Amino acid sequence: MKRFLAILLAALMMIPAFAMAEGVVKIGVFEPASGDSGAGGKQEMLGMQYANTVQPTVEIGGETYKVELVYADNGSSTDKAPSAAQQLVSEGVSVVLGSYGSGVSIAGSQYFADAGIPAIGVTCTNPQVTASNSHYFRICFLDPFQGTVLANYAFKELGARTAYCLAELGNDYDVGLCHYFQQAFEAMGGMVISDTFPTGNSDFTSYLSNATAIGAEVFFCPVSIAYSSQIISQAAGQNVSYPILGSDTLDNNKVAEAAKGTNVKVIITTFYQEGGSPEFDEGFKAWLNSDSEYLTNNGGNDMISAVSVMGYDAYFTALEALKAAGSPDSKAVLAALPSVKLTGVTGEIAFDETGDAIRDSAYIKSVNTETGAWDFVAVQTVE
Amino acid sequence: MSTVLPYLLSGISVGGQYALIAIGYTMVYGILRLINFAHGDVFMVAGILMVYISASGLPLYVSIPLVLVLTALIGFVIERVAYKPLRTAPRMSIMISAIGVSYTLQNLVLYITGGLNQYYPSIPFISESVTIGTATTKMVTIVTPILTLILVVALVLLINHTKIGMAMRAVSKDFETSQLMGIKINSVISITFVIGSFLAGVGSILYFTNYTTVIQTSGSMPGLKAFIAAVFGGIGSIPGAVVGAFIIGICENLIKGLDVILIKSGVTKQMLGLTTFSDAFTFALLIIILIVKPTGLFGEKTTDKV
Repeated sequence: MKRFLAILLAALMMIPAFAMAEGVVKIGVFEPASGDSGAGGKQEMLGMQYANTVQPTVEIGGETYKVELVYADNGSSTDKAPSAAQQLVSEGVSVVLGSYGSGVSIAGSQYFADAGIPAIGVTCTNPQVTASNSHYFRICFLDPFQGTVLANYAFKELGARTAYCLAELGNDYDVGLCHYFQQAFEAMGGMVISDTFPTGNSDFTSYLSNATAIGAEVFFCPVSIAYSSQIISQAAGQNVSYPILGSDTLDNNKVAEAAKGTNVKVIITTFYQEGGSPEFDEGFKAWLNSDSEYLTNNGGNDMISAVSVMGYDAYFTALEALKAAGSPDSKAVLAALPSVKLTGVTGEIAFDETGDAIRDSAYIKSVNTETGAWDFVAVQTVE
Repeated sequence: MSTVLPYLLSGISVGGQYALIAIGYTMVYGILRLINFAHGDVFMVAGILMVYISASGLPLYVSIPLVLVLTALIGFVIERVAYKPLRTAPRMSIMISAIGVSYTLQNLVLYITGGLNQYYPSIPFISESVTIGTATTKMVTIVTPILTLILVVALVLLINHTKIGMAMRAVSKDFETSQLMGIKINSVISITFVIGSFLAGVGSILYFTNYTTVIQTSGSMPGLKAFIAAVFGGIGSIPGAVVGAFIIGICENLIKGLDVILIKSGVTKQMLGLTTFSDAFTFALLIIILIVKPTGLFGEKTTDKV
């Protein structure tokens, strides 16, 4: 009897092993689903979810694994990010994707480092995300580059000599980008006035008045979607004369919607322009339209946001890394990531020694105020 | 003057919106000696209601009254469910209950909206642009202070010249004695909550017309500022709350523009980064007022009854 029980117990213990053999590899999705960046985070997640339906399995070391996306909401805030990161670590994910927003990525970074889990930043553009660590990678361009592109555009194309910069106080992304913009703009001989506003502020009329009072020829606000759409609608209310310049965060249909029907000019830099890959566009739109929840998360229509495309590319980068690692073990993935190369929808993806993407071009788009859609303006490179 | 004008306009407008919320705090405090922490969230819920009701396709002349009625109803229900059963409990318990209601409302809205910003419908006329002197602003900026003053005057008349107003004053003077005198205390309290929430509803329409996104935390900052305004003006006093709200709104916006004003008037040569302190200033002002005049600007003197 005892022997029978022992065998039975041993057999029971085999079950999890069998379950393991069936093969599920977990990819952590570290994105904001709520808060100021919730809208952008959800769009980035849509790209990953779509990629997951396109390619639900991955071959690792000769075995086929099912890919499971594990979500953790970092709430767009640096105080909620650590617990979201810990949640992913305890779920035992092999690799993490995200986050939308540099501040939360930096806040969660250490928890992934301690657990030896590599992270692939999708659209977090602040240099500090990957600087002085070996586990954080990213597939997007960086803020010094983006800030320079925008400053060049403002100075050369718009002919602006005075710029007004507005950032959210304590937000690494905004403050950093304003800093790089200011550096580049002043190097060319322009003048920059910077202001910051406290988190949760919704009255931007005084800041807009500031810009008008100093005679700004361009208003640069690389802020979250929630703030930027308010800035645009309040700018429309004040009938401002200067164009509003933004960064990749503003690439969202809600922002375009805010500018629709007004005479505010909105110009942004971003990662992808709809039409860049017709095949992807078509598939993604069909997928979005298949479920009303996807459409809601995309902001109510099937306009393609660059962050979704980046999310899609990030997912395939993670799969490439898993294949190269030959094991779902996070440490093996971490070792394999630096040499991963692939051609994504947004272009060639490869990493340099700090783990940053080697990219040298950004798309410039502006809102068509009649249709409320994004119009392609130019591809800008910086030597 | 032309430099200061846009900031003054923003300040008066936001001050009027704070005033409408502050009245709710101050009235409830006057009667129940309770700081109703859920009040800012009632304001936010009014905004969310408007988003959903107008999305359902109802015309504005139906949706606006509907939002106001529903908001008043929410205030009534909150009082009946969360505060009335605790009438005899220590005051601290009701306060905790208020904080609980605040979080319940926020999380309920988080659940319904999925944490995404909701875009407030634009209301014709008050959303239009208008130019005053050198400043261009939305119509709502001018409508707000006027509407606020009309509502406040109506409220003061109600309190001073009607039976229910008299009952309110009696209850706020002495809770127990007025009960002994046959005043139906529960209906007086309910009416207080209904009026407070109704005004918060009006405030939310004006506020969100200007600042067009609503999210579950939208109520906390205006709520906090309005609470400060109420304390600043002397909590329990309606004129105090209104004056306090306008002072805070104007000061806050002047601070945001102080750098530019100073440069324009030639006092300083460069930006000092004072804008950053606009919120800090509001709170510092509160501390100073409380040190100098602990009961606030219009606060009643508390005499110890022996």
